[in-house]
Amino acid sequence: MLEIKNLHAKIAGTDTEIICGLNLSVRAGEVAAIMGPNGSGKSTLSYILAGREDYEVTEGDILYNGVSILELKPSERAAMGIFLAFQYPVEIPGVATMQFLKVAMNEQRKARGEDELKTPDFIKLVKQAASDLKIDPDMLKRPLNVGFSGGEKKRAEILQMKLLSPRLCVLDETDSGLDIDALKIVSDGVNALRSPERAIIVITHYQRLLEHIVPDTVHVLYKGQVIKTGDKSLALDLEANGYADIIEAAA
Amino acid sequence: MNMQSKPPRTPAEQAIVDAFTNVVSDLPGDAAVTSARDRLLAGFSAQGLPTRRIEAWHYTDLRALLRVLPDGAFGVPQPVSPLVEGAVVLSVVQGASDMPVAIAGVEIEPFLDHLASGAASSGLVARGTDDVIGALNGAFVTDGFSLDVADGVTVEPIIELQVRQAGGRAHTRFPARFGRKAKATVIERQVGRDDLAGFSTSVSALELEDGAEVTWIIVQQKGAKDQHLGQLTAKLGAGSTLSLFIINTGGKLVREELHVSVSGEGAHFNLRGINLLGGDSHTDLTLKLNHDAPGATSSEIVRNVVLDRARGVFQGQIQVAQIAQKTDARMACNTLLLSDEAEWLAKPELEIFADDVVCAHGATVIDIDKTHLFYLMARGITEKSARGLLVNGFVGELIGDLADEALASALEGLVETWLNAHA
Repeated sequence: MLEIKNLHAKIAGTDTEIICGLNLSVRAGEVAAIMGPNGSGKSTLSYILAGREDYEVTEGDILYNGVSILELKPSERAAMGIFLAFQYPVEIPGVATMQFLKVAMNEQRKARGEDELKTPDFIKLVKQAASDLKIDPDMLKRPLNVGFSGGEKKRAEILQMKLLSPRLCVLDETDSGLDIDALKIVSDGVNALRSPERAIIVITHYQRLLEHIVPDTVHVLYKGQVIKTGDKSLALDLEANGYADIIEAAA
Repeated sequence: MNMQSKPPRTPAEQAIVDAFTNVVSDLPGDAAVTSARDRLLAGFSAQGLPTRRIEAWHYTDLRALLRVLPDGAFGVPQPVSPLVEGAVVLSVVQGASDMPVAIAGVEIEPFLDHLASGAASSGLVARGTDDVIGALNGAFVTDGFSLDVADGVTVEPIIELQVRQAGGRAHTRFPARFGRKAKATVIERQVGRDDLAGFSTSVSALELEDGAEVTWIIVQQKGAKDQHLGQLTAKLGAGSTLSLFIINTGGKLVREELHVSVSGEGAHFNLRGINLLGGDSHTDLTLKLNHDAPGATSSEIVRNVVLDRARGVFQGQIQVAQIAQKTDARMACNTLLLSDEAEWLAKPELEIFADDVVCAHGATVIDIDKTHLFYLMARGITEKSARGLLVNGFVGELIGDLADEALASALEGLVETWLNAHA
């Protein structure tokens, strides 16, 4: 589903290269974890997948279902089924959460040539999804992410993911800022979306999240490259021994 | 003798003086009203239109901007449905009031009657030599409505003063008194036609007795070629609350002048202003707020969206008199400039003579936040829609402060209509 080939990327307008020849394949149905020390390029990779303009790809390619997405706008990638759950969901004053959800769902449907959702159907979908994630309906009346706690923001991201029902989900440190109960709710939400047609990339610092969302593969990112790939036992190794050994072995 | 050289009259100045000569005998009013009109016109005739050398008009050089007046001929005004369902509409069409509709607890009279009886004469004065709106309106006013809400009355329906005009020239006036503890919501709606150039002045004079609670909403939907000069004066009694909401979505040349006197102890004044500017229009919102009593609060937030080559002005002056201790006054002007050629001029002024007060002001100019845009687009929203949502959100925040949901959604509708047509 996703194939990243020898990707090089830098911060736009500078010479600072963050991603330096990264290779990664993720199959449909797979849950891939990406781990790595601070500054290894994990979040940058997620932004590049989503199409953020702040980064410039200088070499290599990203194929999504066999098609290069590098030239596509964020909205086009999203309509094709790529979803990024932000590490820091953005607060947007003045834009009501419900209105945002409706516009997002309908714009995606429109881009795919589907009919717009009728308001009652939309409300029903949102209510069901919100209750699954134990989201207070009052929260949805507020402006998008404004005044949400850290945990509420992360839950709202998963709510969006659920409603937009993407094919490729990228979760950027979704566990940061969550207490144990919220971690459980969010993980359950993600696990419910596991399916043979869908790939999920989980970016995290900690093994803890991977106890709840059990990965098929684990990739270690260091200095903008994947330096080791393994199964879920690799994450346990890292938890026990840290990154130093792997970094040394790769050097 | 010290002779001051006076520049020759502009076509607009000449047209105003000529118009007065031509119509003065037909204008309604008793002898007192007629002599008040004469005085105002004589003052105008001596001064002419204000230039940038007049402080209050520094950013709106009316002499330069108002070169030509449209001729007096009216076109056909478009019918307009009320902004909020269930509102009682009082119409003034091309400067003439329709028969007033009865509303329980409110005495409503055509302003024409006040002119005819002479009762209006004391109000036909200029606030000073720079009050060209008061002077022109007083000299030419033909009609309008007076509202008088009795003590303790809560006016159930929203009152919509619908001022419609298609080209031509019209001058209207709306004195409104709200009795002790009276409550009311009034929409003052100024509507024009995009295909005809019109000139208008309108003056609303509000008086809030002690404890009155009034929401007054100015909805300016003039046509793209219209020139409109509006003025609102308000006097707030003790413990009264005036929530003033202004939304400017039209006009080629617009000045909305607000003169607010917080003269009662513990009164509250709230201003929320939304200015949506496009094309090569010029819109000026000017506030003069006087805190003349202790313990009162005021809050002003103005949000502007400017496109194309449009130019906007906000002048906000707050004067806190020495007696007005414990005043809490806050003013903010935030502008979203969406074109390189768009311009916004903000001039906040605080003059504080009391020593125990909280006063603040701030002005910001921003572009669309790239992080916001990326977040929305990452959810599949196209760039155009995402921008629309963000602009809408920027001004919509102020609308969200309105308690009346029907009213809020009507105003949101106005913003959306404007955005769809312009952005």
